[in-house]
Amino acid sequence: MTDDLALDIQDLHVSFPTRAGLVRAVDGVSLSLVRGKTTCVVGESGSGKSVTARAILQIIDPPGRITGGRILLRREGEPELDVATLGPRSRAIRELRGHDIAMIFQEPMSSLSPVHRIGDQIGEAVRLHLGVSRREARSRAAELLAQVEIPDPRNAIDRYTFEFSGGMRQRAMIAMALACNPSILIADEPTTALDVTTQAEILDLLRRLQDARGMTMMFITHDMGVVAEIAHDVVVMERGQVRERGPVHTLFADPRDAYTRMLLGNVTKLESPSAIRLARPSRPIGPPVLSLRDVEMRFGGRKGLFRRGGAEVRAVDGISLDVRAGETLGVVGESGSGKTTLGRCILRVLDPTGGAIDYRRRDGSVIDLVNAENDALRAARREIRMVFQDPFASLNPRMTVAQIVGEPLLVNGLARGAVLQGKVASLLERVGIDPNSAERYPHAFSGGQRQRIGIARALALSPRVIVADEPTSALDVSIRARTLDLLLELQDELDLALILISHDISVIRYMCDRVAVMHRGRVVETGETIQVCDDPQHAYTKALLSAVPRPDPTARRMHLRHRYTSA
Amino acid sequence: MAGFILRRVLWMIPSLLAVSFLAFFLIQLPPGDYVTTYVATLAASNEIVDQRTAAELRDRFGLNQPFIVQYWLWISGILLRGDFGLSFEWQQPVSGLIWERMGLTLLLTTSTLLLTWAIALPIGVLSAVRQYSFADYVFTFIAFLGLAIPSFLLALVLMYVAVVYLGQDVSGLFSEAYQTAPWSLAKVQDLLAHLWVPVTILAVNGTAGLIRVMRANMLDELHRPYVVTARAKGLSEFRLLLKYPVRLAINPLVSTIGWMLPQLISGATIVAVVMSLPIAGPLLLQALMAQDMYLAGAFLLLMCTLTLVGMLLSDILLALIDPRIRFD
Repeated sequence: MTDDLALDIQDLHVSFPTRAGLVRAVDGVSLSLVRGKTTCVVGESGSGKSVTARAILQIIDPPGRITGGRILLRREGEPELDVATLGPRSRAIRELRGHDIAMIFQEPMSSLSPVHRIGDQIGEAVRLHLGVSRREARSRAAELLAQVEIPDPRNAIDRYTFEFSGGMRQRAMIAMALACNPSILIADEPTTALDVTTQAEILDLLRRLQDARGMTMMFITHDMGVVAEIAHDVVVMERGQVRERGPVHTLFADPRDAYTRMLLGNVTKLESPSAIRLARPSRPIGPPVLSLRDVEMRFGGRKGLFRRGGAEVRAVDGISLDVRAGETLGVVGESGSGKTTLGRCILRVLDPTGGAIDYRRRDGSVIDLVNAENDALRAARREIRMVFQDPFASLNPRMTVAQIVGEPLLVNGLARGAVLQGKVASLLERVGIDPNSAERYPHAFSGGQRQRIGIARALALSPRVIVADEPTSALDVSIRARTLDLLLELQDELDLALILISHDISVIRYMCDRVAVMHRGRVVETGETIQVCDDPQHAYTKALLSAVPRPDPTARRMHLRHRYTSA
Repeated sequence: MAGFILRRVLWMIPSLLAVSFLAFFLIQLPPGDYVTTYVATLAASNEIVDQRTAAELRDRFGLNQPFIVQYWLWISGILLRGDFGLSFEWQQPVSGLIWERMGLTLLLTTSTLLLTWAIALPIGVLSAVRQYSFADYVFTFIAFLGLAIPSFLLALVLMYVAVVYLGQDVSGLFSEAYQTAPWSLAKVQDLLAHLWVPVTILAVNGTAGLIRVMRANMLDELHRPYVVTARAKGLSEFRLLLKYPVRLAINPLVSTIGWMLPQLISGATIVAVVMSLPIAGPLLLQALMAQDMYLAGAFLLLMCTLTLVGMLLSDILLALIDPRIRFD
């Protein structure tokens, strides 16, 4: 059995000395990679899965370091080597990196240098480890780009990363990792930053490359759906420790650890509509609060003597939708489909270049947000609020929670002093944050708590419409359902109209009454969520739905998915 | 790229016209004119100039005409004949006075710039890579000391030390023997023997700021994911450092070259006065004090032109080294 192991980690400890004491990021982890197979390491943020992977290459960010344990590398025809004993700057470890063990990372944009050409970055590893000439490295780079299915590789090697789409960048990254035929590939959340359809393609590609090369793969992810799709073996990690490990079928069919069960439970929970929504009595459908007609948002395209003309982009290209009070409308689509731009048009952060957005006020009067100015616009904006994607970047780190939540009330002159404090306290209570912590700063809160603070801020002005732009995509799965439930509860309480923008079809299914599927600035399909999810009509919707990995290793279907190629 | 440069050059024409108007307006702002100052200077040495002579002088210099006419005469002379007018004080064409000094100014400033970069960049990189180490603190301390010492004081001290202990006069850029001599190999050697003193003084002053900027830029870049990627490829730390983070950390510095060009004229004035260096700064100062308006105006115009050219150069350089800007 041990002969099949390409890598054997035994009782690994990695610590980060901090001012508050030693943080044990990896605390006695043992796991092994079977030769030629895919081992998925799954866990939420802070589980130590990335640090474990980086320990193998000794590229842990300082001040972290390996404080114990062994990392045994078993290459064919060579003696066993304990990587943990090598110095992080030693020649020996440098020869392993990129040569025997290669790594790909989560964010393909920032993980590649923006000022060096793709071919140069790929060829670098080849020249470094195989000692070939610049010209040979160049043709090898082109060859590799062809292997990862990048069109026109001869041309692509002289391009820069920002000229590539996200999926292409990740392909280039994979090409770079494969440059020296490594026996082990470590993939650290390689598809997390990608759209589901692109994710499906990358997973497909990785699997094919692995089969062709007999490569051993360590795949780090937080997504149980991805695990089910590609893993042979699974290691579940939490807080620096291994909770459970085993073959994928056993683990999914009979999870023994409570944490594994929780992870799986959260995923399956998002597979069906929320219990809160199902428990609702059917409500009378009122007139639409918001009514969009042929909304258009174009960027660029102006030309002049002193202005650079560029191609015109139609981010939103004639969209008509109705949103009713108390309903949740989902807007789903890939990045670049214009869903975020649409949300910004509704808030009038952007000025739409065409169409009308009729907003029905409380007193029944209707104003067109596209042409509204000054007081009318300000009044409408008070009632249409936003919840942002990134709970870290959307809260000012220099303001206390009380200031953040109270700011809308203060700048609109609606409350001050003790009244303001009272309102802030009740808002925080409503979203489940202890009002006694209102004087603390955002960094003292977890991601999920911060998103609750963001929701409290959106609620401050008693809005009637909330636009939530990917409110859960930066959160761990275990917190996702809870945050969405909170929004649903608030909706019941306040009769809110919610517009939920998301690329994640499971979030849409969980939350939304109706859904609009966007593709390239247009709505290709709308309807009741259940109907669209179960019986999609448009080819693009089918492709989108079939690309979502399901947490069921017995029904792998990614290779059977629909592909949509639009003109 | 060519279109971009052309557009920028076209934009420079209206900017320059506006700026020249402003410059001319500004040098006319102080009360009185060159004749007033001239009369006052003569009065100080007990020579009385009567009103009539003063009026004649004003007539001769065209100082009685309305502002807009004077401006037109000045700017049309420059544009049509390349004639920057006559310096009242020196009684010489302005262009001759300026070009004579610009060469040496250029030499001094570029040498200072090169020395500053040569010292500051490696130290900046080192203090970032070894942040909070002994070396970081030592270099930072020295650099701040250099920043804190006024450069004219350093100049005075150096001159004093040179004269008293070395018996050498380090002021000026030439020894007396070569002051007016035609260019020869010996004169160049003499120039180099003098040049290092002001260059060192000026560089000491400018290094600290640049070290801090480079250190901060590097600290931003060092923890970027692409550095980890390069490390995971197996590059050695040194090669990795030079190829990726240093390359990106220098980019913002390139844009500072733009505003260094106008410094050619106005920079280093105090040191130049103290050390009596024959460069542009002191001449501009003198022209402004004497209300020698055509000389001052020419300098101001030249500075504005250099600013615009410098910005253009910076942008072109930046586009050359950073593809993200090129494709934007």
